[in-house]
Amino acid sequence: MDFTFFLIQALNGVQYGLLLFLIASGLTLIFGIMHVINLAHGAFYMVGAYLVWSLTGVFDSFVVAILAGIVCAAALGWVIERFLVIHLYNRDHLDQVLLTYGLILVLNEVQRMMFGSDVHGVAVPSMVAASIPLTDTLSYPVYRLVLAGVCLALAFAMYWIIQRTRLGMWIRAGAANREMTASLGIDIRRLNALVFAAGTALAAFAGMIAAPLSSVYPGMGDNVIIISFVVVVIGGIGSVKGAFLGALAIGLTDTFGRVLLPEMSSVMVYALMAAVLLWKPNGLFARA
Amino acid sequence: MEALIDAVGLHTYYGASHILHGVDFRVGRGETVCLMGRNGMGKTTTLRSLLGLTRARRGTVTVRGRDMTRADPSAIARQGIAYVPEGRGIFAGLSVREHLIMAERPGPDGRREWTAERVLDYFPRLAERLDNQGTNLSGGEQQMLSIGRALLTNPDVLVLDEATEGLAPLIRRDIWNVIRAIKATGIATVIVDKNVKVLLDLTDRSVIMVKGRVVYDGPSAELKADPGVLQTHIGL
Repeated sequence: MDFTFFLIQALNGVQYGLLLFLIASGLTLIFGIMHVINLAHGAFYMVGAYLVWSLTGVFDSFVVAILAGIVCAAALGWVIERFLVIHLYNRDHLDQVLLTYGLILVLNEVQRMMFGSDVHGVAVPSMVAASIPLTDTLSYPVYRLVLAGVCLALAFAMYWIIQRTRLGMWIRAGAANREMTASLGIDIRRLNALVFAAGTALAAFAGMIAAPLSSVYPGMGDNVIIISFVVVVIGGIGSVKGAFLGALAIGLTDTFGRVLLPEMSSVMVYALMAAVLLWKPNGLFARA
Repeated sequence: MEALIDAVGLHTYYGASHILHGVDFRVGRGETVCLMGRNGMGKTTTLRSLLGLTRARRGTVTVRGRDMTRADPSAIARQGIAYVPEGRGIFAGLSVREHLIMAERPGPDGRREWTAERVLDYFPRLAERLDNQGTNLSGGEQQMLSIGRALLTNPDVLVLDEATEGLAPLIRRDIWNVIRAIKATGIATVIVDKNVKVLLDLTDRSVIMVKGRVVYDGPSAELKADPGVLQTHIGL
């Protein structure tokens, strides 16, 4: 493997990891703060991809479609939390799994009714459609670099919000002790709705920006939910920092695994998870 | 005296266990009330029912004249009720500074008498530990943080559940001095503690609970003068 090839794989791995982080960060916050296992989180990724595909047709602009899609996804998350998830807070995890699995079926069926079973493509925006030549034969798409940059910027924005703002302190306090947080006058129900809407929007946003790379197809969220749970478990439930490092580790392991050990690639991420759990049974950054 | 908290006929359950049997509990503006009783008599459950943390199945809770019986704990807190729980309720992952920043807000009538600076004047040891994790503080410092955090919500009523439990005598004395100082500022306090002697000296009114029922509700001075009541209900 020469250096250029290694560089391309490393960039792909980081970019895939950052995309996973967008999905897993919402998942880990929803689990860590609201104590809800949301199997439907992957379906929100699919919703995002279909939103950007359909809205690009309406607005004729990828960026406007994304902005409108984020608003729609956040609204969907808010509604789902207010009308469905709100009934799960005092239920056990089996009830949560049942309801959110049902939500996957409903969202998949709605997708089939509205958009059919065809695979759709979303064009890479012309502004970033070029590639950067690395050698005479190898080049790297600018869109992938932009995608990685946007994900990194979002990761820093999330870090700033969670670590430096009062809202972030409320979110962390709510994750540590809901009852005490409520006793300080902080409306946990509103905080839950906000976190769920934001988590939904993040997963949908990941689906939107991944659409030009992966196409848009039925059930595309089913593939990402399992790997996102692996990221959450590796990082430690409720830890955004852990999700970030876990997602990068999974992205790089999966990408290099496919290149270097293709026959073993499907088990490598799970082997990584097993190794991390043997070392730290509660994940890298589990809360005390 | 204007009632800040007026609970009438509270019946509270944990599952099938009937814990409170028609408890009446009232706190007036600026009043200091202690809630006494042996372990398991329903003191903490009474506090939790007032705060909306464990909802009473029957009875009413009125705060500042508003019916808060079915209200969310955060809505009750925003009516000016601050809670210092047994075990202190320090948030893992938050520094002392963050505990103070996240809690600070005006009281129900817009007052901002308690600021972070004033709390740190009361608790200079916290000022030295601002960047430490709250969970890394000593027991006494954690209790100061818990009280300081509650004061930053600018409450009308401060509810303290076992505030001195597990603390060294000197630290315990400091905490009692702070509670006296808070009382002097006009904040009403509801105190559950095992130190009956201090409670009787400090509080205006005493309430004794036995098996989920209020068996005594009267001036602390009268209770102090009648040791028979304490002997009967608390064994002192």
